[in-house]
Amino acid sequence: MSWWRPSDVGLAVRSQLADVGQAARLFWRLVRLFPAAVQRPGLVRDQVHFLGNYSLAIIAVSGLFVGFVLALQGFYTLQDFGSTEALGQVLALSLLRELGPVIAALLFAGRAGTSLTAEIGLMRAGEQLSAMEMMAVDPVRRILVPRFWAGVIAMPLLTLVFNAVGVVGGWAVAVPMIGLDGGAFWSQMQGGVDVFSDLGNSVIKSVVFGFTVTFVALLQGYAAKPTPEGVSRATTRTVVMASLAVLALDFVLTAMMFSI
Amino acid sequence: MQQSKNDLWVGLFVMLAAAALVFLALQSANLLQLNFQTGYRVTARFDNIGGLKPKAAVRSAGVVIGRVESIAFDDKTFQARVTLELDKQYAFPKDSSLKILTSGLLGEQYIGIEAGADEKNLVGGDNLTATQSAVVLENLIGQFLYSKAEEGGKPSDADRKK
Repeated sequence: MSWWRPSDVGLAVRSQLADVGQAARLFWRLVRLFPAAVQRPGLVRDQVHFLGNYSLAIIAVSGLFVGFVLALQGFYTLQDFGSTEALGQVLALSLLRELGPVIAALLFAGRAGTSLTAEIGLMRAGEQLSAMEMMAVDPVRRILVPRFWAGVIAMPLLTLVFNAVGVVGGWAVAVPMIGLDGGAFWSQMQGGVDVFSDLGNSVIKSVVFGFTVTFVALLQGYAAKPTPEGVSRATTRTVVMASLAVLALDFVLTAMMFSI
Repeated sequence: MQQSKNDLWVGLFVMLAAAALVFLALQSANLLQLNFQTGYRVTARFDNIGGLKPKAAVRSAGVVIGRVESIAFDDKTFQARVTLELDKQYAFPKDSSLKILTSGLLGEQYIGIEAGADEKNLVGGDNLTATQSAVVLENLIGQFLYSKAEEGGKPSDADRKK
């Protein structure tokens, strides 16, 4: 008894390829339907409210604690080298370049991506998407596009808030709590952080992650099996796939942006 | 367009993010120190630049007055050709001298410029010839060992008395 046959491998590869093709086609449609999002700004606004404003609390609180921890850990390590005044630079660079975009995207996938997947998966399970098609309303245009562009808009805004709150949190630990000199903290930070190459790349990264996370969430919801189990699996896959995609893309983006 | 209570909250959210951007750009990055006016360029040749890198500071009396723009190798003279961009508001005599210095014991290297006595000032495209190379630690150690070995080779006073 053989446990796999060549035809099984062929089938698996072919169905995987078909899935990738379907995903690419959906992505292209979402990008190309940007004018549809502009025509109905009210829909996008409501989704920005749902995805962005409701994620603000978790993003801000996480940013605060990440800033606290970075300042403490950075202080302990830099103390060994007698260069604690570089703490501001270490804090701002690690937040802006890596931690800000990545952690904000992971939180966004968990907080907003899952709700997108569940919402659309349930719409499919409840045959609401089919009902819209029956009424000659394109569900991609009416349901997916506003959510997609709202996610792309919300992600960089959330990352900016995360970064700013993180820097303030790091300052709160470094200057009032540990007692470092505030002037050196800020001037070292300003000396080491470049507006375009650090802050600009942070924003670019977060826009890319916004595309990634929102698209993965929408795709999983749209392609979910219309059963309770299918929706639950799709929600899990959203978190797993979006997180992996964000971390892998982060490596690629960092290699492209900060290599000399 | 229909008004909605979401307008207010989304507007607040966007304003908050804009405030965060302004805070990051002004307080933690160097937007205020960015120099959009271009200065004048002069070149200089060094025998050895050590660990000097592009964008390193050019200082006079400790004040940053320019940046290293580019570093290239000249295979005619086998020297390093360093292009400096000096701030327009500072003028230096033509015979000013350059020195590669290190901030702190292991800090990064920068170029120190010392004013000369010439009546004419440097203009763009000038070439500075009075330069002093970076101090390379290995050469220093080598010289130290060499001089120690020379001392050890000579018979010392204590030996002669025997």
